[in-house]
Amino acid sequence: MDLFEYQARDLFEKHGVPVLAAAIATTADEAEAAATKIGGKVVVKAQVKVGGRGKAGGVKLAENPTDAREKAGAILGMDIKGHVARTVMIAAAAPIESEYYLAILLDRSNRTFLVMASVSGGMDIEEVAHTAPEKLAKIPVSAVDGISAAKAKEIISAANFPADVADQVANVLVKLWEVFQSEDATLVEVNPLVKTKDGKVIALDGKVTLDDNADFRQPDHEALIDQAAENPLEAAAKEKGLNYVKLDGEVGIIGNGAGLVMSTLDVVAYAGEKHGGVRPANFLDIGGGASAQVMADGLSIILGDKDVKSVFVNVFGGITACDAVATGIVQALELLGSKATKPIVVRLDGNNVMEGRAILNKAAHPLVQQLDTMDGAADRAAELAAK
Amino acid sequence: MSIFLNENTKVIVQGMTGSEGTKHTRRMLASGTKIVGGVTPGKGGQVVDIDGHQLPVFNTVAEAMSATGANASVVFVPPKFAKAAVIDAIDAAMPLVVVITEGIPVHDSASFYAYSLTKGTTRIIGPNCPGLISPGKSNIGIIPADITGAGPIGLVSKSGTLTYQMMYELRDIGFSTAVGIGGDPVIGTTHIDCLRAFQDDPDTQAIVMIGEIGGDAEERAAAFIAEYVTKPVVGYVAGFTAPEGKTMGHAGAIVSGSSGTAQGKKDALEAAGVKVGQTPSETARLLRAILGR
Repeated sequence: MDLFEYQARDLFEKHGVPVLAAAIATTADEAEAAATKIGGKVVVKAQVKVGGRGKAGGVKLAENPTDAREKAGAILGMDIKGHVARTVMIAAAAPIESEYYLAILLDRSNRTFLVMASVSGGMDIEEVAHTAPEKLAKIPVSAVDGISAAKAKEIISAANFPADVADQVANVLVKLWEVFQSEDATLVEVNPLVKTKDGKVIALDGKVTLDDNADFRQPDHEALIDQAAENPLEAAAKEKGLNYVKLDGEVGIIGNGAGLVMSTLDVVAYAGEKHGGVRPANFLDIGGGASAQVMADGLSIILGDKDVKSVFVNVFGGITACDAVATGIVQALELLGSKATKPIVVRLDGNNVMEGRAILNKAAHPLVQQLDTMDGAADRAAELAAK
Repeated sequence: MSIFLNENTKVIVQGMTGSEGTKHTRRMLASGTKIVGGVTPGKGGQVVDIDGHQLPVFNTVAEAMSATGANASVVFVPPKFAKAAVIDAIDAAMPLVVVITEGIPVHDSASFYAYSLTKGTTRIIGPNCPGLISPGKSNIGIIPADITGAGPIGLVSKSGTLTYQMMYELRDIGFSTAVGIGGDPVIGTTHIDCLRAFQDDPDTQAIVMIGEIGGDAEERAAAFIAEYVTKPVVGYVAGFTAPEGKTMGHAGAIVSGSSGTAQGKKDALEAAGVKVGQTPSETARLLRAILGR
């Protein structure tokens, strides 16, 4: 889960990373009140989970509370690369002397953690990384050892931070490691990390990504979910414990196993090229043990998607054999009754495939048709969706 | 021959007394795997009867190894306790640890992987993987044993069900070993490790490599193939139509920016001389053409 800037700021503050006073607002009134409370000049910042908001006009300096009200009014509701700013953060303005960059992340390629640090922080850090990679220090961090005070000093020195801020930046890095580790983050990024005119080092903007697998030991993280941004179908699927992602096509997809379902999306998209460009409507993985109830839940989510014109159920019978899957489909259609209204193409393969196909043939549900191969079934489902 | 396991591999099941552990211990026994015991902290000394096999339970992997001579472990313990279980196995210098558990926090898997490197005596496969099978010899994990038999194909895949699908497509030819390495961001054994082992295995004549979007494992594997592998390799990559930035089930299957796209992986593999199929069926046909079957 990616966090908003203000949520990242709050986590930084909780773990002792220096940040500026700030508050969030969802209306111009609230923005004015927040600016009054903070006092002096403030920065009004759109809260969107996308980069480049500064260049898109989502960050404005306000001279006083009245100005903050005006600026917030302009930013709230703004569309930034498809993300609507529903919240602004009002933060104290800091006189900036230098901008640095500091991040800790999971380095998948090397199967370790990595610190990236640069004295050339700010909006153009991607450009720096690209054109002057020597200005961005990349230092691996062992998941066993972590970042001690000594390790932090070593990293900061390798990244050529000036002597007058080195101790402060090293201290920030140790605190960021604490955020990274104790919050189960996969990314903690500060950009910019600034030196103010009076020589203080402060995290001015941050990005944090949290590991959903760690939710069982991070009870506080549930409150950070952005409910408003969730697709209603995705939210309904999540409630049923289903692994569902809404896409923009017409062929509803149900399968077992993430890899097979992803492959199914591809095969349907290829088949769709011959049928007026129809595409998969969703990703839905019902997992290895597909019970009748799970199949019914999955089918009802997909049939509730108004964009869906046909459904493709693609199951490889492994641990759960095909006869059990077929029984699940039959029972699911019984449970759904008249709510099932769209053609359903089923492809079963694998363990007990003959028994599974026989069960569906015997049930002879008018909406269900079976095909023997994945490619053939994808073609039929695409054809039905194109009609 | 086979890679990483053979008919003499003695396996202990960490988490054998849990419901998943018991279910799959039964299946592994039925497919001929030599299961010699289980580990559940606090339940040491018990003996569990699974389909007539009297299996001793130990508190630690070290105890289980010294009592049974086990040289492989398979982990079914829930995410919350998985790190401790794997660390226990590494401390005992268990040569092979296959972690089936799905949903382990990445800080935990990064930590036990890093720890295994400091010891240098344990190969981890997974986590979040279906395990590995040499049909007719041994089956460690949850891959259905009755899809196909022994044969000349080696298979390595991030995805479980795509592994089964490909084994099914090529069931008349058979497999030396099929390894599901798992789709998590940090895994113990990579495509490259398996490609190297298949290249060195005299019984493997051709290799199928299945990848999916996210990370750069396939690109690295392509570079390795160009440099080291002389046996024919066919490839398949899932996720051409997956939108950027959406997680499709596997934590690893996230595309960010232009790196890790299915097209990028396909291009890299083809540049290394790997024939890449557009669908699983086409991939199987490419392999058949190579083997002349």
